[in-house]
Amino acid sequence: MSAGMTAADGLPRWVSLALLPAINITVALLVSALVILAIGEDPAGALWTMLVGAFGSGTGLGYTLYYATSLIFTGLSVGVAFHAGLFNIGSEGQAYIGGLGVGLVCLTLGGWPWWAALPLTVLAAMAFGGAWAFIPGYLQAYRGSHVVITTIMFNFLASALMVYLLVNVLIRPGQMSPESREIDPSLFLPTLHDMLGALGLEIDVTPLNLSFFLALAACLLVWLFIWHTRQGFALRTVGANEQAAHYAGIDPRRTVIVAMLISGALAGLLGINEIQGVQHRLMLNFPAGMGFTGIAVALMGRAHPAGIIPAAILFGALYQGGAELAFEYQSISPELVVVIQGVVILFAGALEHLFRPALVRLFARRGDRAAEA
Amino acid sequence: MDSVWLLSLLDSTVRLAAPLILAAMAGYFSERAGVVDLALEGKMLAGAFAAAAAAAATGSAWLGLGAAIAASVLLALLHGFACISQKGEQVVSGVAINTIALGLTTVLASAWFGLGGRTPSLEAGARFQEITLPLAETLRPVPLLGPVYAELVSGHTLLAYVAFAAVALAAWVSAQTRFGLRLRAVGENPAAVDTAGISVTGLRYQAVAIAGVLCGIAGAYLSTAQGAAFQENMTAGKGFLALAALILGKWRPVPAMAACLLFAAADAVQTRLQGVPLPGVGQVPVQLIEALPYLLTVLLLAGFVGRAIPPKALGTPYVKDR
Repeated sequence: MSAGMTAADGLPRWVSLALLPAINITVALLVSALVILAIGEDPAGALWTMLVGAFGSGTGLGYTLYYATSLIFTGLSVGVAFHAGLFNIGSEGQAYIGGLGVGLVCLTLGGWPWWAALPLTVLAAMAFGGAWAFIPGYLQAYRGSHVVITTIMFNFLASALMVYLLVNVLIRPGQMSPESREIDPSLFLPTLHDMLGALGLEIDVTPLNLSFFLALAACLLVWLFIWHTRQGFALRTVGANEQAAHYAGIDPRRTVIVAMLISGALAGLLGINEIQGVQHRLMLNFPAGMGFTGIAVALMGRAHPAGIIPAAILFGALYQGGAELAFEYQSISPELVVVIQGVVILFAGALEHLFRPALVRLFARRGDRAAEA
Repeated sequence: MDSVWLLSLLDSTVRLAAPLILAAMAGYFSERAGVVDLALEGKMLAGAFAAAAAAAATGSAWLGLGAAIAASVLLALLHGFACISQKGEQVVSGVAINTIALGLTTVLASAWFGLGGRTPSLEAGARFQEITLPLAETLRPVPLLGPVYAELVSGHTLLAYVAFAAVALAAWVSAQTRFGLRLRAVGENPAAVDTAGISVTGLRYQAVAIAGVLCGIAGAYLSTAQGAAFQENMTAGKGFLALAALILGKWRPVPAMAACLLFAAADAVQTRLQGVPLPGVGQVPVQLIEALPYLLTVLLLAGFVGRAIPPKALGTPYVKDR
């Protein structure tokens, strides 16, 4: 897996880490503009609407950061697996099951204050998400079944399990739509509006809540873990060269399982933002594709927390800007955001080498000229 | 459980299996040549939309099929460009194509037809009709064979027959033709193929393009043969199921087809079992039956039923000067 690796072709660090992704996202936006043009709308106007919708108001910004919160969790989830050379396509299902853990704890704890319940819900989110990722991890490590296929299967299994639980077990009696009863309001995580309000600051009411800070803390912890612990080193070594890791006395199988456990646990934390933070009940499909978008976030962010945060905000802005766009333009459906995401995954992930040779040539020439002078 | 019930169950199994089989054969060609095809889902979806849109606009099922193949091949070549020419991450490319197809079909359907992600319902002429094979009615009174021929063998759309023909063709091509042998070689040992003076890139592009054609037909089947319109995300995981069937079948055409039939049978049984208690077991949750194909795949992959060994060069781009 190339994510997170430094360039071996002599490109300056800032080119590989900032310029190349910037070119990729620009090209992706240009391609998306063609789609808007094909629908018969004005691309510049549409992109401006998205930009203003995402960042132009307190409400827009709040929603953007709320989406970014979930995406930081799933982006970190995919990113940690990348470092171990694993492609975890199952963050979606792990987030779903992690949310189940949060919901079950919240439904059990009744009128606890949120700050007392939070350690337990965080633990439940990580345990449930981690457990759902553990099985594919174990099967990859010890039974040789490929983690890509098993995690896809586990997404479907998570979905079937949740439909069963919500329709037959957790459904609020006397209700048609498959969702649980609402959790006790004392368990609701405070929104940023509440938190700043307590300090005397007035901001727009948005779903942005305490989970955002939890996400930032997770970034810090992941950074410490991957680059400053023995286990993190083992993980990166296995990702870079499994055989070498083995010779160095690292157990690749154990490391694969640890990586998947952490990956699943991080995805599970999405449940804190969605269930305890915003939805306040268990409902069908609350991860809403954020697990898949986490793949794009991790790719854009080069699997590094410092890259994942801006990438998550970018994709959060796409969600919020896209919603605004669909509201303003009757002919553009909100799924345009999905197209843009796909194109970004294509250019930032699969075609990441497309513009690299040109840049290498450009910078080599500049280097020569500098040497001559 | 009488014979009429069983026959209609088998009949719907065949109907439900056809698109899975087409997609699985698409995956067969691509993966045997060494290119991971996670994009089956997206190519099928794009095909389904293109078929329904073109058939709605022109009133011709055949033009719909052509559009489906064109759309799917276009995505297949994009996948090929990323995986073969650019040596990009094949799984990432597949995920990208699935995402693009999911978004684009909905956006275009909403913009062009204004029906919230659907296409208009197709008239009979714009769909593939069921074909009654010769003598089906004449032979019906013959015990056992008559009803089986009339109900199960006859009475499917052309595309369903194409699906089964594709299996025979895939098996024959890969075992008997020079192209097929080279195709499999390129998935096992591309360096050897290259040394023999045959273009690895060329072969892989051909394989990917064949996968595109088959996925296009699979998509057209969904929206113009089985259904009568395109609906948002109408593949709903069928591409992944086809991939699972391919792996279950250990990358061989006939066993892969058998796995598709098994999955389709589970689906057919599931719709019939809703709310019906089974003797001795009670009512089985629908979701459990729905989840069976996925569970089965996980169990097989875990080596409990026999290990599946993928083509050796699967997922690795070929670099000449290594």
